[in-house]
Amino acid sequence: MPIEVLMPALSPTMTEGTLAKWNVKEGDTVASGDVIAEIETDKATMEVEAVDEGTIGKLVIEAGTENVAVNQVIAYILEEDEDASALDNVSASSEPKKDAAPAKEEESSKEESSDKAPASASSNAAPVSASGAIERSDAEPRAMSVMNATQDEKTYTSFKTQTVREALRDAMAEEMRSDENVFVMGEEVAQYQGAYKVTQGLLDEFGDKRVIDTPITEHGFTGLATGSAFMGLKPVLEFMTFNFAMQAIDQIINSAAKTLYMSGGQLGCPIVFRGPNGAASRVGAQHSQCYASWYAHCPGLKVVAPWSAADAKGLLKAAIRDPNPIVFLENEIMYGQSFEVPDDEDFVLPIGQAKIEREGTDVTIVAFSIMVGKALKAAEQLAEQGISAEVINLRTIRPLDVNTIVRSVMKTNRLVTVEEGWHFSGIGAEIASVAMEHAFDYLDAPVARVTGEDVPMPYAANLEALALPQDSHIVAAAKAVCYR
Amino acid sequence: MATTPKRKRGTTRADNQASSDDLLKYYREMLLIRRFEEKAGQLYGMGLIGGFCHLYIGQEAVVVGMQAAASNEDGVITSYRDHGHMLATGMDAAGVMAELTGREGGYSRGKGGSMHMFSKEKNFYGGHGIVGAQVPLGTGIAFSYKYRGENKVCMTYLGDGAVNQGQVYEAFNMAALWQLPVIYCIENNQYAMGTSTQRHSSSPDLYERGKAYGIPGEQVDGMDVLAVKAAGERAVEHCRSGKGPYILELKTYRYRGHSMSDPAKYRTKDELDKMRKEHDPIDMVKKLLIDGDIIDEAGLKDIDKEVKAEVAKAAEFAQNSPEPDVSELFTDILIDA
Ligand SMILES: Cc1ncc(C[n+]2csc(CCOP(=O)(O)OP(=O)(O)O)c2C)c(N)n1
Ligand SMILES: [Mg+2]
Repeated sequence: MPIEVLMPALSPTMTEGTLAKWNVKEGDTVASGDVIAEIETDKATMEVEAVDEGTIGKLVIEAGTENVAVNQVIAYILEEDEDASALDNVSASSEPKKDAAPAKEEESSKEESSDKAPASASSNAAPVSASGAIERSDAEPRAMSVMNATQDEKTYTSFKTQTVREALRDAMAEEMRSDENVFVMGEEVAQYQGAYKVTQGLLDEFGDKRVIDTPITEHGFTGLATGSAFMGLKPVLEFMTFNFAMQAIDQIINSAAKTLYMSGGQLGCPIVFRGPNGAASRVGAQHSQCYASWYAHCPGLKVVAPWSAADAKGLLKAAIRDPNPIVFLENEIMYGQSFEVPDDEDFVLPIGQAKIEREGTDVTIVAFSIMVGKALKAAEQLAEQGISAEVINLRTIRPLDVNTIVRSVMKTNRLVTVEEGWHFSGIGAEIASVAMEHAFDYLDAPVARVTGEDVPMPYAANLEALALPQDSHIVAAAKAVCYR
Repeated sequence: MATTPKRKRGTTRADNQASSDDLLKYYREMLLIRRFEEKAGQLYGMGLIGGFCHLYIGQEAVVVGMQAAASNEDGVITSYRDHGHMLATGMDAAGVMAELTGREGGYSRGKGGSMHMFSKEKNFYGGHGIVGAQVPLGTGIAFSYKYRGENKVCMTYLGDGAVNQGQVYEAFNMAALWQLPVIYCIENNQYAMGTSTQRHSSSPDLYERGKAYGIPGEQVDGMDVLAVKAAGERAVEHCRSGKGPYILELKTYRYRGHSMSDPAKYRTKDELDKMRKEHDPIDMVKKLLIDGDIIDEAGLKDIDKEVKAEVAKAAEFAQNSPEPDVSELFTDILIDA
């Protein structure tokens, strides 16, 4: 059979083009790579090369023909052992070849397949059914990864008082003792003992092979650590603060979060990106920003935000053991605060499970990181005014513990979200959607969001305080949703 | 190629006697890449391959020469112009082609595409679409070799355009500081999309880009597989002996446009023709084989036929393999903890 030369698509969008010129004539011999024709598309003139070798048997389309459809036969090449008689059987069809896959066909098959696609396998996605209709959950929230067994520090008997800083350090040290693959890397983590002294003592115990000072090279060392995680090492990468991780966000998202998917499951990335997130105190706009919603937006990452020392210890250990890339958002102001922490090397908290810090019946307040403390203070004040607030400490932002939030809202019928970050596309916006999707009929008031003000962080003490959520804002929001 | 090496002199063919078997092997490997890419171009033209597709035609001697210098245990990581690297590490042509067509039988089960393929088994670590990102990643792979005390090297490929990314120098610095076993293979094909090296680099000598970090560099004729292999062996030896990173600037040329939709109007036809006629890496080895009486035309034809058949089989597989099951949409996002 003579070899068909088809009108090629030269860009993802091309459906037809002009056959501007033949560079060969019938009877010419051609080899792979020889330019045989020139084609004009709406964008450019391109050369067509022969892929096979042989003799040009027939030029089917004349030079200068416009609107030649992609995949139409434009010429025949005779193979070595063929002569012109081989062309007798070929019908010079002007129709595009059917067995090729023109753009149209692809599209329709795409539609088909999305029809069959499960609505969502991910736990916290909107409940859109295959038919596209919104399912409203009247009773139980949709089945989530079942995490009813509340595994928290209450089940332990022996406790010690620790700062968040010490708890983080102990978590790293314990995991480093039990797994040779775990190492700590970042600016000033070793000899200086950590810019915020979180890695204190690690260099002494583990040496400079496993506690590594880096140059000021966020983009580079994040890529380097990610590459080492592809190989099965388990880096705990400290960002001096998450503000500087913006330099590295490409590697975090494009390399760490997406490679498992892009490799069809071959290359995992067991890495923890940790460091202080959000506003510290009086450090101005470039050093005071919450990145929770930036990272929580991205599939392939888990995002954890501890509040207490127990959270910090249990969640960091879980994060280091987790085979996935984890963004672990700490808070500088919390580092020095003390809490009771279970005195047990096996204490680990589950990622993906929120904690009810205070039970209540009138309104649910959902917060994470430093805002949990403010929410608890607000709950005290609300109690004095006769309002019983339930405070949920999210602990993990992605995957979001939808169950705990929705159950609480079904009980209290009112919801306030609290975060330091900006409101637009913030975590509060996501939680409000979750409440609307899963507990619409249970809400007795619109969800209220308490967030940072929509401004870069000011330096002046009075302005900074105004820009950040305070107990009083939470109290006011809770009263508003209770119509009081 | 016309460039005169300045610091270290690249070994010429004369002082590098490859065995007949080696020459035949390189010929076959380079031809496989070329035929594979031509076929990919054809399937793209038929609408069977979508999106971006960057062909390696013209650059075959680089990866084949480097792989000849490396061991099977060494790692390889590169950019989106990656089909040649995958074939050179021994990945199966059918699996690569099926990934290009976005099918279940592809290396990433159709979820990666032309720019994103991996093979843990063959120590091939992608397939990266962000220009320069693979450089710190490859440095991190080398870090893992050193951390674990493995005597391996990571071949980290980057383009002449990629050398201007900041993260490349962050990686150079750390690799030199920590003496990591990584070879930065700069594939200088003279263009970053439509911007020639003259227009994007303040100095044309890219092998000197590691000078500030004390990383030795060599400029090599990347169209000559034996010169590449010889330089590769020096680089590998340097890394394996614990001396840290090494830079090779491999001067090469891509015959096709940057990607399938690039008409390549930024260069002259003469420039391309001259490269093809006078410096083609496959023709060069072909000549050595014939002149050295290692094989005759008929023998070469047999190799061509075999290679063609392999590529045809790959193309057939890539067209017949079904699209990934719709359930694949939601797999491989996270590993179960
Ligand atoms: C960070 C980034 N910027 C821009 C692009 C778009 N882009 C893709 S390839 C390319 C040119 C790269 O040229 P070079 O490094 O010489 O590699 P070559 O394509 O020649 O192999 C550009 C600008 C990209 N993928 N990533
Ligand atoms: Mg280039």
